[in-house]
Amino acid sequence: MLFTPLISKPDSVAQIMLKVLLALLPGIALYVWYFGPAILVSITLASLTALGTEALMLSLRGRPVVPFLKDNSALLTAWLLALSIPPLAPWWLAVVGTAFAIAIAKHLYGGLGNNLFNPAMVGYAVLIISFPAQMTHWIAPHGLEQAGMVSSGLTFSQQLEYIFHGMLPARATLDAVTMATPLDTLKTHLHLGQPVRQILEMPIYGHLAGHGSEMVAGGFLLGGLYLLAARIISWHIPVAFLGTLLVIAGIFHLADPGHYAGPLFHLFAGASMLGAFFILTDPVSSPTTNKGRLIFAAGAALLTYLIRVFGGFPDGVAFATLLMNICVPLIVLYTQPPVFGKKDGLFGKKAKGDKP
Amino acid sequence: MRKLHHFHGGVHPPSNKAQSTRTAIAHAPLPPRLVVPLHQHAGEAAKPIVQAGDRVLKGQLLGMPDGFVSSAVHAPTSGTISAIDMQLVAHPSGLPNLCATLIPDGREEWIAREPVDYREHSSADLQHLLRMAGVVGLGGAGFPSDIKLRIGKQKITTLILNGAECEPYISCDDMLMRERAGEIVQGAEILRYMLDADEVLIGVEDNKPEAIAALQQAISASGSTLQQNKRHEVVTIPTIYPGGGAKQLIRVITGLEVPSGKLPTDIGVQCFNVATACTVYRALAHGEPLLSRVITITGNVRRAQNFEALIGTPITELVALAGMLPDTSGYIMGGPMMGFPLPALDVPMVKATNCIIVASEKLFPPSPPPMPCIRCTRCVDACPADLQPQDLYWFAQSREFGRAQKFSLFDCIECGACSYVCPSHIPLVQYFRFAKSEIRAREHDKQLADQARVRHEFHEQRIEREKREKAEKLAIREKAAQSAKLAGIQSLTPQQQAAQTELEAGRAHIIELAKSEVEHVKE
Repeated sequence: MLFTPLISKPDSVAQIMLKVLLALLPGIALYVWYFGPAILVSITLASLTALGTEALMLSLRGRPVVPFLKDNSALLTAWLLALSIPPLAPWWLAVVGTAFAIAIAKHLYGGLGNNLFNPAMVGYAVLIISFPAQMTHWIAPHGLEQAGMVSSGLTFSQQLEYIFHGMLPARATLDAVTMATPLDTLKTHLHLGQPVRQILEMPIYGHLAGHGSEMVAGGFLLGGLYLLAARIISWHIPVAFLGTLLVIAGIFHLADPGHYAGPLFHLFAGASMLGAFFILTDPVSSPTTNKGRLIFAAGAALLTYLIRVFGGFPDGVAFATLLMNICVPLIVLYTQPPVFGKKDGLFGKKAKGDKP
Repeated sequence: MRKLHHFHGGVHPPSNKAQSTRTAIAHAPLPPRLVVPLHQHAGEAAKPIVQAGDRVLKGQLLGMPDGFVSSAVHAPTSGTISAIDMQLVAHPSGLPNLCATLIPDGREEWIAREPVDYREHSSADLQHLLRMAGVVGLGGAGFPSDIKLRIGKQKITTLILNGAECEPYISCDDMLMRERAGEIVQGAEILRYMLDADEVLIGVEDNKPEAIAALQQAISASGSTLQQNKRHEVVTIPTIYPGGGAKQLIRVITGLEVPSGKLPTDIGVQCFNVATACTVYRALAHGEPLLSRVITITGNVRRAQNFEALIGTPITELVALAGMLPDTSGYIMGGPMMGFPLPALDVPMVKATNCIIVASEKLFPPSPPPMPCIRCTRCVDACPADLQPQDLYWFAQSREFGRAQKFSLFDCIECGACSYVCPSHIPLVQYFRFAKSEIRAREHDKQLADQARVRHEFHEQRIEREKREKAEKLAIREKAAQSAKLAGIQSLTPQQQAAQTELEAGRAHIIELAKSEVEHVKE
């Protein structure tokens, strides 16, 4: 049976997801450049787990497996989660997180298109709450050995040895080969009463934020700009998120520069760029109206800053995303744009009081 | 240069119009048989006034307009009526309709045509002439034009002629504007006169430069016949689908938005298709009723082309003229965005048939199986009515029709732009049509139920009242009888008294019955 429209734009969910995956590549490449290939191991582990869990859940739910496996959405969840957790961690960390993300956060909510929460961030939240110790050991970037920050980098085979067997080379300890994130280090040293400027002179910091990690953030920014240019995402979420973060961090920094790091630090530290372009922009769990997107992203930026600066977690993007995900239906309901020929708004003037 | 406005959304599907604009409009030869449906327009069907066996002349009335929104139907050529019966017609429902079958005699004998000078007549007279000439909107909806000209006290400032033709593949209006720009401009002036509008703006998409040039030339050439203080202008509008939707076109040209649930005339604008204007001119200036139209035959054919064909020509004939290719898989009436599949190929073309697209799997590959909606809002970006198709889809799918209605489902113009851009290949428009028809059916059912309830309550009240009145009457009669008995009983013979007693017993029994019935009803 023919039905109109007979024609459609050549596009598909799989292609959209593929483009997002491609947009992650500059960031991943810089990650490998600065931190070594261990991240590729966690991406691979997460990807395999995601596909396996996806196939299992689809068959348990009696859904066609092949078309959904090909939609690349599980891969995207896996990559985003892998990029959020330390690469030098026991192999099961990525596996548990990804399996939880796909099975619980995605499929128990109804599968593709139905999840209220961003699956990757649910996976991250589960890991940071359940395995906080494993989540704080980050590989140090190249170039810090001379500064004496870490004893000496592990070779790739030594990293693999640790990931899969939990074995470190003789005389090496985990603390000696890893470090806290720049955000964590800042927080720790602030507690010691050191001023921000002095802390940021430590060798683990680069020009804007963490040495190496700021470049990775730059890679994600580049990929994000591609997503904007390719019209995969609209500007509302990244602009509102980064803009709000900039403003809040700026205000605090101006009020007390000794205690609060500057706005650019916050933009390039932690998962700000990844969150702004790749995590908060997940279409399924973010608002569908442009005004709603602005509110959603601004709220997420505010929460991110508060959790980062005043909370106990190393970064705030994941929890900020999840908290704002809860608000999405309400935000969408109250930000309906006016319909053609109904300039009084969606529900008309008379019905202003009785929103459904 | 006129300042143009824009509407939200819209898409740019490949136009595919070049195939059918390479050659001039061809006259389709007289087919061996014409099937003229009596219901070709919006509103009530025309009432047949000829019978099988009648010989008719070209332009002779076959069906009389019947009802306020209705239009006349004529014999497209001279010949003999062979049947008036139910036949398959081009309608999405696929249901048969009453048709007059005409066997042409090939002589093309006209009725007596009576051209009129519109300037000597009132708008009301001209409306009647157009109604009797069977003039309906040729853009696709087939709405009787005389109704659209009956505007009451509203002041119409702008008459817009729709020459946008935004749907891909269709080129009948384009070719008509190129070849008969003069008649279109004359028709526009007649419509302007009837509406007493201040200006005539002909909106044409910028992918039809030949048509625009022809119209401009026609306007300057017919300067003396146009009223001088009124403006006639061709407005070149950007090519974007659905820029030819009446509300979208009005928005682009005037910047005005037709309020939801209102008509363009409510904001002082009226809109007609260019082909309709041409027909109006032929009907009045030449006395020719609407007997033929230009139709695009395109798609999977050897020679995609526009034909001037008689109403009632079987589509098979036209498709054969264009040279249908063997791997054909179906036929669409209208464009690829809003058209509908034909139930069969031997259906006749009607006044609203602007295009037949011969489909093949190669031209229109079947859409991949739908995936879940990921709320990417490409549909929102494409929607020319500023709707949230992803939400409407959700409501339609979960049968939350009340919420769908609250989210302005009925402002959807079913243009299909959302389906066109959907990366999940969800047939969104089908869902919206389904939801609309469900809501309409429910409202209809509710109306019927309300009427039935009111009728039932009235019925019960009436029965009770009747019983009560009956009982009261009986009581009065009983009383009278009692007093009469008392008065007359002494003067009766014993036999008469016995008969009287018997009668009394019978009557008492009847009263008893009636009372018990009243009790019963009261219960």
